[in-house]
Amino acid sequence: MTAEPKSSQFKSAASEALQNPRLQAAMKASGGLAVRRAAAIAEIPEFEAIRDAGRDLKNHTLANLDAYLLAFEEKALESGAKVHWAADAEEARAIILKIVGRHAKGPEGKARVNKGKSMISEEIGLNSALEAAGHHVLETDLGEYIIQLRGEPPSHIIAPAAHVSKPDVEADFRAAHTHLDPERTFPDAASLVHEARHVLREQYFGADVGITGANMLIAETGQGVIVTNEGNGDLSQILPDVHIAVASLEKVIPTLDDASTILRLLARSATGQSLSSYTTFYKGARRQGDLDGPKEMHFVLLDNGRSEMLAGEFREMLRCIRCGACMNNCPVYRAVGGHSYGWVYVGPMGSVLTPNFVGIKEGRHLPNASTFCGRCQEVCPVRIPLPGLMRKLREAEFEQKLSPQTARYGLGVWRWFAKRPALYHRMSSIGMRALNWLSGGHGRLKRLPFGGGWTAHRDFPAPAKRTFMAEWKARKAAKSQGDDQ
Amino acid sequence: MQPAPSAEPAAPNRPKVGLFATCLVDLFRPNVGFAAVELLEAAGCDVDAPEGQTCCGQPAWNSGDRKGAAEVARRMIEVFEPYDYVVLPSGSCGATVKKDYVEILRDDSDWLPRAQALSDKTFELITFLTEIRGVEGVNAQFDGVVTYHDSCSGLRSLGVKDQPRQLLSSVDGLRLREMEDAEVCCGFGGTFCVKYPDISNRMVSNKTDNIAATSADLVLAGDLGCLMNMAGKLSRQGRPVKARHVAEILAGMTDEPAIGEPQRGSEKRK
Repeated sequence: MTAEPKSSQFKSAASEALQNPRLQAAMKASGGLAVRRAAAIAEIPEFEAIRDAGRDLKNHTLANLDAYLLAFEEKALESGAKVHWAADAEEARAIILKIVGRHAKGPEGKARVNKGKSMISEEIGLNSALEAAGHHVLETDLGEYIIQLRGEPPSHIIAPAAHVSKPDVEADFRAAHTHLDPERTFPDAASLVHEARHVLREQYFGADVGITGANMLIAETGQGVIVTNEGNGDLSQILPDVHIAVASLEKVIPTLDDASTILRLLARSATGQSLSSYTTFYKGARRQGDLDGPKEMHFVLLDNGRSEMLAGEFREMLRCIRCGACMNNCPVYRAVGGHSYGWVYVGPMGSVLTPNFVGIKEGRHLPNASTFCGRCQEVCPVRIPLPGLMRKLREAEFEQKLSPQTARYGLGVWRWFAKRPALYHRMSSIGMRALNWLSGGHGRLKRLPFGGGWTAHRDFPAPAKRTFMAEWKARKAAKSQGDDQ
Repeated sequence: MQPAPSAEPAAPNRPKVGLFATCLVDLFRPNVGFAAVELLEAAGCDVDAPEGQTCCGQPAWNSGDRKGAAEVARRMIEVFEPYDYVVLPSGSCGATVKKDYVEILRDDSDWLPRAQALSDKTFELITFLTEIRGVEGVNAQFDGVVTYHDSCSGLRSLGVKDQPRQLLSSVDGLRLREMEDAEVCCGFGGTFCVKYPDISNRMVSNKTDNIAATSADLVLAGDLGCLMNMAGKLSRQGRPVKARHVAEILAGMTDEPAIGEPQRGSEKRK
């Protein structure tokens, strides 16, 4: 079973989020990512050309995905790594549990597992599976560590604790770090970071297994690439005896040169940095004579619905490099936060991915809760047409008759009239005259017969007494009469 | 100023423009349609608003009803085929006709070429005036401060950004004061605003905050949907800022009360 989706409750979750002052304050505080992205991109005039290159490179890779995956496997095996193929979340969890169980040094076969941030591990619900098996799991990315303490899922793909405010973090740390002086103070955010670093450092050395994700897999060399700002990914993969990298199929790219193209897009789009603080290329297990590195290295390559997307209408979504620019710039995400989306992936990219992974019925709200403002497509570093893909999901929903009956009925009536101009104009003239009368000369309506959603929050501007087409017809007739005389 | 519709056949050097008023202008704001006629005639065009027009079909297209959108699109293609140009006082409906019809009818080999031909001659009003007719200024006056909201489809699908500002700069007495986040969506989104009213409300509230912060007298935009949304919120909040379609200002047709304002001289019922 994949992480349990709650996307069908999007609408009520979003309404609650809008009423939650702490969440709203935290969202406001994390608003700087979009600004920093814009500034970082303005620095390099060739950014548009790099976007084209990134899109083309991803398209080429996806068109030849089988070949590049096999090439990657061959090179990874040559370097001493092991490669596992997982068709779905269950297989991936089983593979990882088996490896972890084999290397557990704790009593009763319990292992200590350190994790670098990985959205794929969220997608497959890895932490709860490891914990159910009795293993001790520690998230080492600061944001992931915070939400692990809080027992929450991430609310953003690169800033998992974007929904948490500083006072919340302080309370969480006081509750969790009971071995530290209760009188200590946290004058600023840096003091929280300092404490987290101190606590996490103590635990790096005792781990049996390190699990990370991968930002890229390079077919040419069999390497994985991981990008972080805390160096926690490196410590998680180098220090334990065993490193497991879990990655989805579309992370593979052909060459090292291609990796530099993606890197130029990724950090600028994500955090507005020219390059993340740590960009690590890792390859294979420790060789004879190496001073460090894991004794065993495993790649777990996850499909979990990607092959199906590759073959269908949503292939373009597989270009996604998980930068988060779409959500940072999305007015809907910025208003309601990531948890409203009810599953691992949030914002516009999540609105396309989630229905693909958990089903259109469960995820139907997500592609509908968009004004199609197009900002996400405008900022996407690999030019994914996100609104177009959301519209395709609406099409699938409509075809499967999953949209609400009242909406379908209303649309049917509208369509019938829209195809019959004479009737349309007669009926709309009557309707508008009625609305004009209802407005009582105030120019606006405080309440609408069938438009409570509108008038709950705003007035409804009343129509004129006569429609444009009726008035046009009248003036045209008057003019031609005048011409005849 | 109320222009009379032209009934004469097109003069040879005057292009025949089919005005697609759009359903919202037709139903709620006829003044925008007549302002468009005024501007187009001043730009040397013969204008007609064919009776067969209804709606561009966007409600169906955005609801996932491709078949319904295609049926409406075919009708509108037929209605507007006889004209040299098709002009819409809306970036949103303009983008549907210019950009989406070919996608809606992509599998219909009979209609796809006709959709493409229509796309080639279809323009949003302001870009048509500046880019096709070479209009550089207008003969209008407005004494006050305005701010301009960039409607999403016009901005991102059709590149409407500088053109309206260029024409506004020629209006006597008008001062343009830009708001923060002018390019961020107002939260209208067609049926979005009634399907997700709470989210839409947050978005439009952010927008009206930004509008109010400019202390402008008037907010302008090129799309009536966004304008009704913003005007409705401004009015509910009791803010003094009024809303108008940019064409009304450019055509000098401000006799009509602003959007959502009481008709002058009309008696009010309680």
